[in-house]
Amino acid sequence: MTVADQDLIAEISEMLSGLNKAGIEITADTDFNADLNVDSVAVMDFVLTVEDRYDISIPINQLSEVNTVGQFADVVANARAA
Amino acid sequence: MDLFDKFNPIKETYTALTSGGGDPFGVAFDRIASPTIGVINNREIVLAGTNNYLGLTFDDAVIAAGQEALRTFGTGTTGSRIANGTFGPHRLLEEEMATHYGMSSAIVFTTGYQANLSVVAGLAQKGDQIFIDADCHASIYDACQLSGAEIIRFAHNDPTSLDRRLARSDPNSSNKLVIVEGLYSMFGDVSPLAEFVEVKNRHKAYLMVDEAHSFGVFGDRGLGLAEAHGVLDGADFLVGTFSKSLAGIGGFAVSNHPDFNFLRVAARAYMFTASSSAASVEVTRAALKAIAARPELRTHLWENARRLHAGLKAKGFGLMAEPSPVVAVDFGDPARAARAWNALLQLGVYVNLAIPPGTPNSKSLLRCSVSAAHTSDQIDFVINCFEKVAELV
Repeated sequence: MTVADQDLIAEISEMLSGLNKAGIEITADTDFNADLNVDSVAVMDFVLTVEDRYDISIPINQLSEVNTVGQFADVVANARAA
Repeated sequence: MDLFDKFNPIKETYTALTSGGGDPFGVAFDRIASPTIGVINNREIVLAGTNNYLGLTFDDAVIAAGQEALRTFGTGTTGSRIANGTFGPHRLLEEEMATHYGMSSAIVFTTGYQANLSVVAGLAQKGDQIFIDADCHASIYDACQLSGAEIIRFAHNDPTSLDRRLARSDPNSSNKLVIVEGLYSMFGDVSPLAEFVEVKNRHKAYLMVDEAHSFGVFGDRGLGLAEAHGVLDGADFLVGTFSKSLAGIGGFAVSNHPDFNFLRVAARAYMFTASSSAASVEVTRAALKAIAARPELRTHLWENARRLHAGLKAKGFGLMAEPSPVVAVDFGDPARAARAWNALLQLGVYVNLAIPPGTPNSKSLLRCSVSAAHTSDQIDFVINCFEKVAELV
């Protein structure tokens, strides 16, 4: 299990700016649904962008346990390490 | 703590959407007068959101076939296809679907939803990979989840996005099933099937095309988008429904794979549910004959589709796709779309309200579906009502 470093979390936070309509500060603890008010389809669309940025595949099965930006960054880190 | 606490956000949305009077998700028609007219509280409503593409639900021959089957086979089958629930008509319909497509096998299911569940969750398992178009129907997403396979989503109608994802996957590590639809039900846009076939062939993947909304609508023989795009032999599995152009209830899948019929003893959504009634199957068989014998139905459907699309476009509405029998109108946000939905019903037009997360790109839409049975006057009435409503909301 690889854990995302701060740089990756920062990059993902930056990529999330388009979904951050309220302009809140995004941290590892930011919750996609509760804090960003982003629905499941929008999260999956965001995943497409991340996949192509890092040339990885993130099966949507892995998203069921993801609530926060930090948890998502860990999934990305694992896919990159694979 | 209450088991239903989790529904609180939905409850809020639902309450807001229904505050305008009608319930967009709970309409009940007291009577259906024709394929294009429903009756609520003694008021005639023009039906412009029913997926009744060829208008065959009141066709004399189709109704007669259902009535005759009711008398001959009784009301229900009282059992599943693998027990007592396979009658002569089920077998005949399967033979006719296979012949129609020129494929070696066809399987008939109880609903379109179960056809997707059976084919996807029957074919793919843990260790397999499914590549799914982002805008695929909920039944396909459910089927993928049920399968236990790894689910990789690619950008809607984007063969390059699929190509990249297939290329990232080890070609020898797993079986790969690509799933797209013919005509997408929310926006009314169509899949670039030939390009998808090229990509899946290059990566030695399998391709399933869901023709639920495109069967009866596309192709010289009405077989769907794969026929229209000349790639019938490029799709490994074609799935569809009987509940739209075919005017009944049920679903089907056809394939040339020599082992396809083993799904009958592997697909749980086929094995563990009651089969369609003989009446429903005979209705579908009669509708299938009508589609083959009367290509003018399709011609008229497309004339109506173009008329509605052009009329709404001329009034300045934002439409989500090129002309097709699904015409989706952008209303900006869920509240405005719901107000417009209510106002349209008050004026005598029924369409579908489609809002996020049930729609792609968080769109709030009023979705029209056109029928061959619509008259030009009815199409013009719908266009005029949309214009009035746009001023009201």
